[in-house]
Amino acid sequence: MSKKLLLKNDHIAGINTLPVYREHGGYTVLANTLKNLTPDAVVEEVKKSGLRGRGGAGFPTGMKWSFLAKPEGIPRYVVCNADESEPGTFKDRYLMERIPHLLVEGMILSSYALGANTAYIYIRGEYFYVSRILETAIEEAYKAGLLGKNILNSGYDLDLHVQVGAGAYICGEETALLESLEGKRGNPRIKPPFPAVAGLYGCPTVVNNVETIAAVVPILELGGDEYAKIGIGKSTGTKLISASGHINKPGVYEIELGLPVEEFIYSDQYCGGIRGGRKLKAVVAGGSSVPILPTELILKTANGEPRLMSYESLGDGGFATGTMLGSGGFIVMDEDTSIVKNLYTFSRFYHHESCGQCSPCREGTGWMERILKKILDGKGTLSDIDLLWDIQSKIEGKTICPLGEAAAWPVAAAIRHFRPEFEAYVTNPDSIKDIKHYYRLQN
Amino acid sequence: MTNTHDIQFSKESMDRVEKLIQHYPAGKHKSALIPILHIAQAEFGGWLSPATMDYVASILKIQSIEVYEVASFYSMFNLEPVGNCLIEVCRTSSCWLCGAEDIIDHLEHKLGIQVGETTPDGMFTLKAVECLGSCGTAPMMQVGADYHENLTIDKVDNLLDQFRSENKKSRYC
Ligand SMILES: Cc1cc2nc3c(=O)[nH]c(=O)nc-3n(C[C@H](O)[C@H](O)[C@H](O)COP(=O)(O)O)c2cc1C
Ligand code: SF4
Ligand code: FES
Repeated sequence: MSKKLLLKNDHIAGINTLPVYREHGGYTVLANTLKNLTPDAVVEEVKKSGLRGRGGAGFPTGMKWSFLAKPEGIPRYVVCNADESEPGTFKDRYLMERIPHLLVEGMILSSYALGANTAYIYIRGEYFYVSRILETAIEEAYKAGLLGKNILNSGYDLDLHVQVGAGAYICGEETALLESLEGKRGNPRIKPPFPAVAGLYGCPTVVNNVETIAAVVPILELGGDEYAKIGIGKSTGTKLISASGHINKPGVYEIELGLPVEEFIYSDQYCGGIRGGRKLKAVVAGGSSVPILPTELILKTANGEPRLMSYESLGDGGFATGTMLGSGGFIVMDEDTSIVKNLYTFSRFYHHESCGQCSPCREGTGWMERILKKILDGKGTLSDIDLLWDIQSKIEGKTICPLGEAAAWPVAAAIRHFRPEFEAYVTNPDSIKDIKHYYRLQN
Repeated sequence: MTNTHDIQFSKESMDRVEKLIQHYPAGKHKSALIPILHIAQAEFGGWLSPATMDYVASILKIQSIEVYEVASFYSMFNLEPVGNCLIEVCRTSSCWLCGAEDIIDHLEHKLGIQVGETTPDGMFTLKAVECLGSCGTAPMMQVGADYHENLTIDKVDNLLDQFRSENKKSRYC
């Protein structure tokens, strides 16, 4: 069953413009909401919908919104996280590029619900051309009275601005994002206080992912209860999945949560199977930070149940045999792939992106990158594999922000599930030189 | 102290800067720093010299050090001169899986430089960068602000020829 809520109109020509977006029902949810619902009623609908943050952590959005402090006389802010830098993730780019007004409408609804009169979309600097698309949409919305003073004669005012970053994965972490938005280095803040109490300029702030904010539109269109019926269990609604790697049809797919992973990989409606008819070796299901799983564990849980695309099913078995839905960055690897080399690209990434505030992350990411390079160069020893394990285990829980964990988990998972391959690199480096040949022999 | 008096935004850039500053509450104009640095980099040769950064500090009425510490944190700000065309090839997982190394090797060979270097004629700088959110259209590279996706060796060759014949200068923002 396919159900489209966010991308139902993505292929309509001109849907990026206000007139065409409106022809297809755009901004009617906004008009109805401003007329018929109080801000608190909007929060209530979002709570009922069961929507969970689409940025990676999956925290219930309605609950996050209800934590927002509301002291008298102090402004509140809504900030959209469009930093999208988790390797394997490109869904927010697609959504903003194709249907910018869906995000703008979602921003107005969210800001109304939270009582913010100023909101920002913080977008990674490399997405420069997308920032221009958003700016054009925002300009159209201002001219049509959908932004600015007294929106649609409701008495509600909102200014919405696009802010570009400048190349730093860490600015996707919400407190680093706020520092960056204040014109500083993207160093994550120590929490508490949480942004809900002291965020942008020290004021109460909600930070949500692009997809989360866009989802508010169909939630208010359907009503929270109806939205909650879509999906499976506590994984309600639809999710954008960025599919990449060795598949026939890479791209962004909107799925109803609960779709079997096997169907997602092999059905022609989605990834269309593995390129060149090769066999599947492993999948990173939710962006670079989540544990990699080998074929047998990504298609089925340890209990032999079909693995589903949902927060719970992907998480089934914990990190011993499961993974996470994360940002929905679904990276597929065929039988010829070197897991060690793939991991090296991740570790190099995290080392590059560590902001350097915490020693375990700053030093640990560098060590992991260097040891992996040594192993790849055929100069590693068996004790290096143990050293890698040791280093990653000393990062988790000992840092200011979760980038430390994001760097540690992929290392742990690769060793957990593919240790023999690491060992082959150190005990018989020649056998692994012709990597394709090596893997053919193993299979 | 670097002399900043001969650095001056064009009227168009200055208008953009003034508009930007209005995006923030009174007294919070430092928030405009990163967007302004992009404008400065685009206007003043594709990189941020100390004099350029001092000029930006003077516009925002903040200390130069506040600009340096920000400029040095973000990978999109070039603190050294770069070639007319800045070529940045993604090398992270999805792009690597789809052949980014071949693209990088080819570029090194074709341009006669290593990653991190600039051609002697100042035309091209080659960099390897981390995921640019184009993993579904891998391998990819960014040239200035422009994305080039689903790269093949032929496509790269055609682009290089085109850039050379146009004597292209990267557009940054
Ligand atoms: C290192 C790091 C990078 C992150 N990058 C992003 C990102 O690019 N986009 C995003 O929406 N959330 C990102 N997050 C999660 C945010 O901190 C935050 O949880 C999220 O924006 C909340 O929005 P949501 O509840 O709608 O998911 C990142 C977190 C960490 C620790
Ligand atoms: S964990 Fe890493 S990225 Fe996060 S604050 Fe510490 S050093 Fe910076
Ligand atoms: S891995 Fe290259 S763009 Fe994402």
